[in-house]
Amino acid sequence: MTTLSSTANPNDILQTAESLRWEIGPEFHEQLMEGIYTEATHLADRAVTRPDEKPRFDLDRTIDRIVTSRIWGFPMMLLLFTVVFWLTISGANVPSAMLSSLLIDKAVPLLHQGANWLSLPWWISGLLIDGMYLATAWVVSVMLPPMAIFFPLFTLLEDFGYLPRVAFNLDNIFRKSGAHGKQALSMMMGFGCNAAGVVATRIIDSPRERIIAIITNNFALCNGRWPTQILIASIFMGGLVPAYLGGLISALSVVGIALLGVLLSFVVSWGLSRTMLKGEVSTFSLELPPYRPPRVWQTIYTSVIDRTLIVLWRAVVFALPAGAVIWLSANITIGGTSIAEYLINFLNPLGILIGLNGIILVAYIVAIPANEIVIPTILMLTVLVTGVGGGAGAGVMFELQSQADTLALFHAGGWTLLTAVNLMLFSLLHNPCSTTIYTIYRETGSKKWTAVSVLLPLAMGFIVTFFVAQIWRLLAG
Amino acid sequence: METKLKTPQPTASGCEGCPMHNAGNLRKLGVNMENSDFVIALAGNPNTGKSTVFNALTGLRQHTGNWPGKTVTRAEGGFSYGDKQYKMVDLPGTYSLLSTSLDEEVARDFILFGQPDVTVIVVDATRLERNLNLVLQVLEITDRAVVCLNLIDEARRHKLTVDERRLARDLGVPVVPTAARQGEGLQDLLAAIHDVATGQIICKPYRIKTESQAIKQALATLVPQIEAAFPGLPNARWVALRLLDGDERLMQAVRQGELGDLTRPEIVSLNSPTATANQAIPLEVLS
Repeated sequence: MTTLSSTANPNDILQTAESLRWEIGPEFHEQLMEGIYTEATHLADRAVTRPDEKPRFDLDRTIDRIVTSRIWGFPMMLLLFTVVFWLTISGANVPSAMLSSLLIDKAVPLLHQGANWLSLPWWISGLLIDGMYLATAWVVSVMLPPMAIFFPLFTLLEDFGYLPRVAFNLDNIFRKSGAHGKQALSMMMGFGCNAAGVVATRIIDSPRERIIAIITNNFALCNGRWPTQILIASIFMGGLVPAYLGGLISALSVVGIALLGVLLSFVVSWGLSRTMLKGEVSTFSLELPPYRPPRVWQTIYTSVIDRTLIVLWRAVVFALPAGAVIWLSANITIGGTSIAEYLINFLNPLGILIGLNGIILVAYIVAIPANEIVIPTILMLTVLVTGVGGGAGAGVMFELQSQADTLALFHAGGWTLLTAVNLMLFSLLHNPCSTTIYTIYRETGSKKWTAVSVLLPLAMGFIVTFFVAQIWRLLAG
Repeated sequence: METKLKTPQPTASGCEGCPMHNAGNLRKLGVNMENSDFVIALAGNPNTGKSTVFNALTGLRQHTGNWPGKTVTRAEGGFSYGDKQYKMVDLPGTYSLLSTSLDEEVARDFILFGQPDVTVIVVDATRLERNLNLVLQVLEITDRAVVCLNLIDEARRHKLTVDERRLARDLGVPVVPTAARQGEGLQDLLAAIHDVATGQIICKPYRIKTESQAIKQALATLVPQIEAAFPGLPNARWVALRLLDGDERLMQAVRQGELGDLTRPEIVSLNSPTATANQAIPLEVLS
């Protein structure tokens, strides 16, 4: 029955509809919606019996009054997120050290023994063990413990229903910056993964506001960047104060960077909506869902299995080839100097200018596919350049049993507090990972907006770190 | 009685007719959904627990979140129940199907052009009035639907009673109360999906009645024209309403004859007064 009958052809139908539309008049859509609402109310009234008693004490509303209040909303938000990061940072140290002693201190000598027994050529065992295995082991021991604590906590907040309240608190500021209030929701998704955040902007109807939300999503720190922030903060910021305050100070500095990201999304949204993307702000209604007691064990299970292991897997998949590339570039020499050193020396002047160094910039190039491997790459390259390997070959990461060792390594690599601060800033402000870039292109279908989303944060990163470095050096004399 | 209830068929063992027999047969197939017999769409307002229902039936662990707008793309998964394979498509949560945002379009296009065998509309029992707006709009498009009255545990907590049988009679489609987070009522939901998919329940969905005089007259002119051009179209009235509203996507579908692909000959007989339940059962089920 797919053939058209001859009695009415499609164009006739459209013409009839067109002329009838004029007869009905412009209120058609509203009339229709009104009809649907009236009938829905009628049907619901027939089916639902409400309790006769007076509305009892409403816990949801009472909680909402506090967490979305003008006075308490923002402090509550800061407090909750600080607690989450504090638990993550102070809880992750011990298991991290255990994992690295197991996977690196114990396993690497064993693997080398095995390689000797098989009498593998040095370059094969070097590539496999010192390159690919070590990079992977580093990713696992650095990332697994903080993620296994952070994701379940964040997911519990999400399941409880807190995130829409955050969106509610932020809505007003977003509207003042000329962006859509729903951008708060896509930003929340971005805190998990920017690619997911970019897809989440589909809830925004207006194309103008959607592009703003896509471009600024990168300012929400993602999974791949939390470990960098947490590690650098616990090593450098935590080290500034007595040990008992260390965890708190580290947590506060991570919250500070995350807040700076939020602030920058406001600023950039404001800038975009007044220059490249001018237009009206559209209104919307945000439903605050009821609070639901989270199912703790199930949440922990799914967030460990789904988020932690998936993110970790992605990191491992990218760490394997990255480890190989780093080892090769450290061991293939041209005129006595390795390729890695050429690259580092080439980028070093630029790195120093913006308060970083050549190694960090090389690491960010290596990490374009996945931000997760920034720290392992930096560590491997630092060992290579400083030669603090303790007898291990070029491009081999030595055993870092504690954060003190890591700190010693960074000091040997010429790091200062400025390097740490600027690394945290640069981790917030640089191009999105290749998955996100591809997602942006797919969602916008535009090369221009993809380019803006890549170059804008990168340019901001260079500008911000440059000025921080100059001012720091000026003040430090 | 607008829903025709299944009469248990006497069988050799007597077991197969009992829902509890099938209940033991739910197999969660995850992403493995080749050779599915039926396609099930999952629609509903945001934050009503669609993803929870989806995960419970398919065994997948798509992350669920307590906030609206969690699912903006389609997720697909499979399960098998009784002797049939089902493919389930989780649509983005929407409040209506009339506006123009991308998530609503994804949902609308799938229900209309994807021609699912059953559309399950997940509604929040504590917010029935608002949720029914979407139900009514879905029922305009498709006549094979099941309403999943989810979060019934929360309704109980708020001391609300929902008379699901009255609601089922009014809406003309099966209504199944569930608490998907606790796994409550999912067996009944599966049974209802199975019965609608296999044609053992013939829905007679509620259609919106309270149009203004002007709209009624316009429909009286337009609907017969559409029915003549696309005989067997199950939702000519809805198409007419969309055309009157100036819906670009529908105008395109009319122009390019896409609507012709949506016609279902067996439904024609359902609308005629002489139709019996047996005639209305889709042919593939009888074979």
